[in-house]
Amino acid sequence: MLAVDAADRLGTLELALDLEVEAGACLALAGPSGAGKSTVVRIVAGLRRPRRGVVRCGDQTWLDTRAGLDLPPERRRCGLVFQDYALFGHLSAWRNVAFGLGHVPREARRERALALLDRFGLAARADARPSDLSGGERQRVALARALARDPAALLLDEPRSALDARTRAASGRELAGALRAAEVPAILVTHDFAEAAWLADEVAVMDAGRIVQRGSASALAASPATAFVADFTGAVVLTGIASPGADGLTLVRLDGGGEAFSTDAASGRVALSVHPWDVSLAAPGAGGGGSARNHLEAEVVSVTEIGSRARIGLAGAQPLSAEVTRTAVRDLALRPGARVAATWKASATRLLRA
Amino acid sequence: MSGSRGFAALLVAALALALCFLTFPVVAIFADAGPADLARSLDDPAALDALRLSLLTSTIAMALVVGVGTPAAWLLATRRFRGRALVVTLVELPLVLPPAVAGIGLLAALGPAGILGGTLADAGVRLVLETAGVVVALTFVSAPFYLRQAQAAFAAVDPSWLEAARTLGAGEPRAFARIAIPAALPGLAAGLALAWGRALGEFGATLVFAGSLRGVTQTTPLAIYERFSTDFTGALALSAVLVAVSGALLLGVKLVAGPEALGRARG
Repeated sequence: MLAVDAADRLGTLELALDLEVEAGACLALAGPSGAGKSTVVRIVAGLRRPRRGVVRCGDQTWLDTRAGLDLPPERRRCGLVFQDYALFGHLSAWRNVAFGLGHVPREARRERALALLDRFGLAARADARPSDLSGGERQRVALARALARDPAALLLDEPRSALDARTRAASGRELAGALRAAEVPAILVTHDFAEAAWLADEVAVMDAGRIVQRGSASALAASPATAFVADFTGAVVLTGIASPGADGLTLVRLDGGGEAFSTDAASGRVALSVHPWDVSLAAPGAGGGGSARNHLEAEVVSVTEIGSRARIGLAGAQPLSAEVTRTAVRDLALRPGARVAATWKASATRLLRA
Repeated sequence: MSGSRGFAALLVAALALALCFLTFPVVAIFADAGPADLARSLDDPAALDALRLSLLTSTIAMALVVGVGTPAAWLLATRRFRGRALVVTLVELPLVLPPAVAGIGLLAALGPAGILGGTLADAGVRLVLETAGVVVALTFVSAPFYLRQAQAAFAAVDPSWLEAARTLGAGEPRAFARIAIPAALPGLAAGLALAWGRALGEFGATLVFAGSLRGVTQTTPLAIYERFSTDFTGALALSAVLVAVSGALLLGVKLVAGPEALGRARG
């Protein structure tokens, strides 16, 4: 288990947070730029000493400012994937990985490094310099290098932000696989809620140095604690299998039942996203009219009012949420237990290859 | 359009003028000193002594400059402390010191009547009119060239590389040796080339502090100056040899450090 309790000040930002991540679990730290997400990672890795704080990993204490304990980064077994990967430009891919194998006898390092690269399908690129690797390959080398030290905790600082859209989806699969296989507590920093929902078990939304809400992605989307979380959690994410459908649309058979259409082209496993404010609600059975192609029946599980609007948490085969006016809450008698039909357009439905 | 073309022409003209002015004297040395003169100058044992002494003393001086200057430059590039700007300025001071003043300063500090003169004499160390004195003079005048360049090269190393090295289990010494030095190598080599060039050409400080004793303290520039009044052709030939040796040495240092050190802009 990784436990962080720290207070720090960066310019005008007051950072104060307390979080725990179980072994094998991945917590996404999501929030806008400047919320202090990367600072949390730097504090855990030992690259920044907070004004006050305690960092514990397993039965080891890495930082305890009150006791005057502050282990240097090299004594914290902490795998960190940097935002721009920070691969050593003068070393080949395998030597980058081998740099993290200082605890392995010298003669065994090359073999271990190659085995790690092979895990990410990069054995053939072992002798390439970072400048000769593609963005996706660089990320995989960075991941292999972070795992080389056999870390007790894994930290990923916006690992996909340096990638183009096409590579992002593939790298997400690799990240998810690596996170599952590592069996250590992991923190994933991201400013993208859909990515957080997809890769992490739990999401903590940070704003202005504090965690404003923490929970599963669908719980956050369904009942945001603040207007900020409501806006930030944006898209609802559903998963399923895509195949070509009628009229040039893509048909997605949703996991757990039901189907949806999208104007995006995709096939195979996908993550489908739609903004809650694009989802409208009607009495069950009333669907079918209008231009919207997607209809799912669901049960209302929560109603959260945020100013003049309300976020409605819905339980179908997969959790879903919608944002409607307070008038609609009254007119449709939306309350937990009510059954509704959620409707949205195929053109408001984005597909991401999972 | 025509304005920008005119400006481009001005830039080209300025570079052409600078190039001509800076290379003309060097070209003239080789044009005036024929192969026969060069051969004759190398036959002269005094010339060979001077060349050997120049190479020996400048090599020792460079070993000292690199050995002490590299960690010192690393400290200046990576730490922020009170008075740092003052330290940087003090370290660069010899750059603006006239060489003769540097020699007088060295005499006042380390000469027989200097501040540390007695201490050095008690320890059996003699510098004035000794080869060791030449090394001291060369180190003094050339070290700032290396320190400046090395500090800039270390400051340009991506700090996230060093942080990555630390999170991968390397303490600062290993991160310094395995990451910072290789990453800064082109800059370090450029600094070494500058310092070495300065040391090979050193004249004033050596003359004032160590004297011009043939075979002991008379380096090539001093030998050239000694011939200049009596044997211009000989001075010219020895000059050509010194230019060739210095040029080869500088090129060699830069080639060893990789093509980036040959002056390609840092990307």
